[in-house]
Amino acid sequence: MKIKSLAALAASTALLAPMAMAADMADSMTLVSWGGAYQKSQVNAYSEPYMAMHPDVEVVWDESSAEAVAKLRAMNEAGNVTWDLVDVVAADAIRLCDEGLAMEYDPDDLLAAAPDGTSAGDDFGDLIVSDCFIPQIVYSTAFGYRTDLVGDTPPDDICDVFDLETYPGKRSLEKRPINNMEWALLCDGVAKDEVYDVLATPEGQEKALAKLGTIKDSVIWWSAGADTPQLLADGEIVMGSTYNGRLFSVIEEQKQPVAMLWDAQVFDLDGWIIPAGLPADRLARVKDFVMFATDTQRLADQAKYISYGPARASSAPLVGKHADLGIDMAPHMPTDPNNAKNTFLYNYEFWADYRDDIDAKFQAWLAQ
Amino acid sequence: MSDLKSTGQQTADAPTPEDALHEAASLDAREAAHAPGGKAAGPVLAADGTPLKRSLARALRRQKMRALALIAPLLIFVLLTFIAPIADMLFRSVENQIVSETLPETVVALKDWDSEGGVPPADPVFAALYVDLFIAEAQKLHTRLGTRLNYEKTGVSSLFRKTGRRVGRFDTDTYTDQITALDPSWEDPATWVAMMESDANRAALPFTARSWDRWTAYQLSEGDDPAKEDIEDVLFTTLYLDLRETGGTGAADARIAQIAAAVGDFDTVSLSEQFADADKDWLDPEVWGTIKAFAPNYTPGYFLNSVDMQKTPHGIEARPENQQIYMKLFKRTIFMSMVITLSCIMLGYPVAWILANLPTRTANLLMILVLLPFWTSLLVRTSAWKVMLQQQGVINDTLVWLGIVGDADRLVMINNQFGTIVAMTHILLPFMILPLYSVMQTIQPTYLRAAKSLGATNWTAFWRVYFPQSVPGIGAGSVLVCILSIGYYITPEIVGGTTGTFISNRIAYHISSSLNWGLAAALGSILLAAVMLLYWVYDKIVGIDNVKLG
Repeated sequence: MKIKSLAALAASTALLAPMAMAADMADSMTLVSWGGAYQKSQVNAYSEPYMAMHPDVEVVWDESSAEAVAKLRAMNEAGNVTWDLVDVVAADAIRLCDEGLAMEYDPDDLLAAAPDGTSAGDDFGDLIVSDCFIPQIVYSTAFGYRTDLVGDTPPDDICDVFDLETYPGKRSLEKRPINNMEWALLCDGVAKDEVYDVLATPEGQEKALAKLGTIKDSVIWWSAGADTPQLLADGEIVMGSTYNGRLFSVIEEQKQPVAMLWDAQVFDLDGWIIPAGLPADRLARVKDFVMFATDTQRLADQAKYISYGPARASSAPLVGKHADLGIDMAPHMPTDPNNAKNTFLYNYEFWADYRDDIDAKFQAWLAQ
Repeated sequence: MSDLKSTGQQTADAPTPEDALHEAASLDAREAAHAPGGKAAGPVLAADGTPLKRSLARALRRQKMRALALIAPLLIFVLLTFIAPIADMLFRSVENQIVSETLPETVVALKDWDSEGGVPPADPVFAALYVDLFIAEAQKLHTRLGTRLNYEKTGVSSLFRKTGRRVGRFDTDTYTDQITALDPSWEDPATWVAMMESDANRAALPFTARSWDRWTAYQLSEGDDPAKEDIEDVLFTTLYLDLRETGGTGAADARIAQIAAAVGDFDTVSLSEQFADADKDWLDPEVWGTIKAFAPNYTPGYFLNSVDMQKTPHGIEARPENQQIYMKLFKRTIFMSMVITLSCIMLGYPVAWILANLPTRTANLLMILVLLPFWTSLLVRTSAWKVMLQQQGVINDTLVWLGIVGDADRLVMINNQFGTIVAMTHILLPFMILPLYSVMQTIQPTYLRAAKSLGATNWTAFWRVYFPQSVPGIGAGSVLVCILSIGYYITPEIVGGTTGTFISNRIAYHISSSLNWGLAAALGSILLAAVMLLYWVYDKIVGIDNVKLG
């Protein structure tokens, strides 16, 4: 009996020995994302392969990214952060970093180098817009239009959105000033590189609102990313802005008579942040996961499921075909040269400063 | 809650120790009156010999304690999970410690600066800011403060972020170099530790001592040993400033006197220029005015913002016309809640009347139809209205098919006030019907018959006899519907468009998007006060005793 149990003990220690490394890591982690098709693409590209490699790890998904900043702040105040990795847009990452709620990291230390040896810091390049932000994808806010409602001359210019004569009918715009103000100024004759200088002045803000005022009665304002696709599918609107991945699914997956208007699309970034102050074992697990989930191949894999561009330069050549539809994904990427002839990059610094001020004016203008 | 006396019913039905206590008291009084000549009869005694009065009082106390113990779990639960968080949230509407905690030196230094003077403050204030910002940057608090002040003055957010990046690289190493050139032992942290242990030295170098304490407290909190870390430029700067100010008189250490003798010939660095180099906005008196205006620990600023006013360096002013929104939203919220309540009464009253007058079996069956919406998700019901009301929706399609409206001018019924009122009336209707129904059930049909047999017309019988008896149900339903709709959020967000949104949508925005929790708390407090005011008005007009849920 005694010998038996000793043998069992020896066997189990022998088994445990190689796991000693893993024992320092927590065996579960909570990832926070946006839900829907986007989260599914992350599950397919990141967490399932990771779990296949680490069958003992439990991955819990939480669909709270839309309120991530507020919730993380509340968790932090309560002293009980239950999330391990949070998917947020870059602007939110900057705010979380500002508030000390996200962990600063060193890209070359935390992230894998590209297969050709380029360091992660160089591979991601300028897309690391904050010391806490681990970029994943480049997405854009662009317009989609109903091909059956625009006649023989489909819109190809952002200013067609403001042209009620050629394209009568409703449009949908996001219920916030960001992007809308820039487009309005562009179509009011302001040069692209002066947009933010103009928008920083009260007169410029008035000017933008006045331009938006010319179509105000024909606008349905959306607040959820799913609104515009639904409105387009129902034929409620002629054209509307939303995230390009949503439009891809309306066009290619649901086969609706909708097409893209890429002109003046606004690039934005989405990525991970690690909450500040995680206990060592959970942090170790998250670091292990992030190293895997942001490597060149994984980022390229994600593009099989959703039409967002990988944030690594080295991933771009690896983007292949859609996993179910079998179509080439490259032409649907916002970063594709054909689509990116005229683009805007979300100006984080500007909006961090002017967000509250312009939003107050914008909302007051809306309520009039 | 533990006061059983007020539950009148109990006094009427069963005698309580309280009644007995009154009884005993009056007995005592009577006996005292009936005992002339001081030969008072003893107090009435209970069976065990204690005075009846005391024994009854004890029984009463025990009963109250038992009642309290019975409700204690609920009371504690409500206190912990409901009252405390609300109180905490409401407290944020005035709380503003972040400025004085992050910039303690600056706040004090700014006291004498005149915000109306139109010039930025003098160098000593910049020196105070230098120390504050240096420490705040290390603690990662400066960006948080920037976000807070950006609510009041646009641009402060990036001002703090930018300056935070620069503050460690100011040209103040000039002082470090000059001081260490005179006496290299200043480079050794041990010198500083020893120096700062002497009270005389600290008195001679007050600014340095305060900065040293804050900096070393931070180092200790990070697990670093101040005696081993390099001395930062900022401390050499404060040392220089102190010595120039006080000459180091009274210092116990000769090394201080040595530097003090030399500071007159030092090359100097203008801190205001350093800050202006980092960002020229530091020369803008408005920025300083904002810091000064929001320096106190408690501020009315959030409340002012929520009534379209603002606190500026020049006092309290109305917000520019193009930024006024909250008063409009408050009025709209109250108005639309009233409209929704009225439509619920108009639609619910006949339904409740039919339900109350049908045989029980049929009534129960129909009741299920009323309750059915409760079993469906709120989101589903709201989205269903979207499908119904939109321009390519069911109603418009039907109208076009019937030829009532043309295809080109379909009705706009959603993303406006109309849509919100329709959807919310539907969603809140059961809250009106249920109390109405239960009150109507208790109205005797014989009263109506009696009225008619006495010659009343149908209308008189209803209006004079039936309706007054159903008013408590209307009251209960109205209070429920009105209060629920004032705080409604999800339905106006989905179908409200721009003209049908409520104040709660702005509160949600400030909670989850702009992170201006102070403003959200102030808006919430005002909303809470408005609801209480409505309740009070209702009590005055209708009387809250006149509300019945069944």
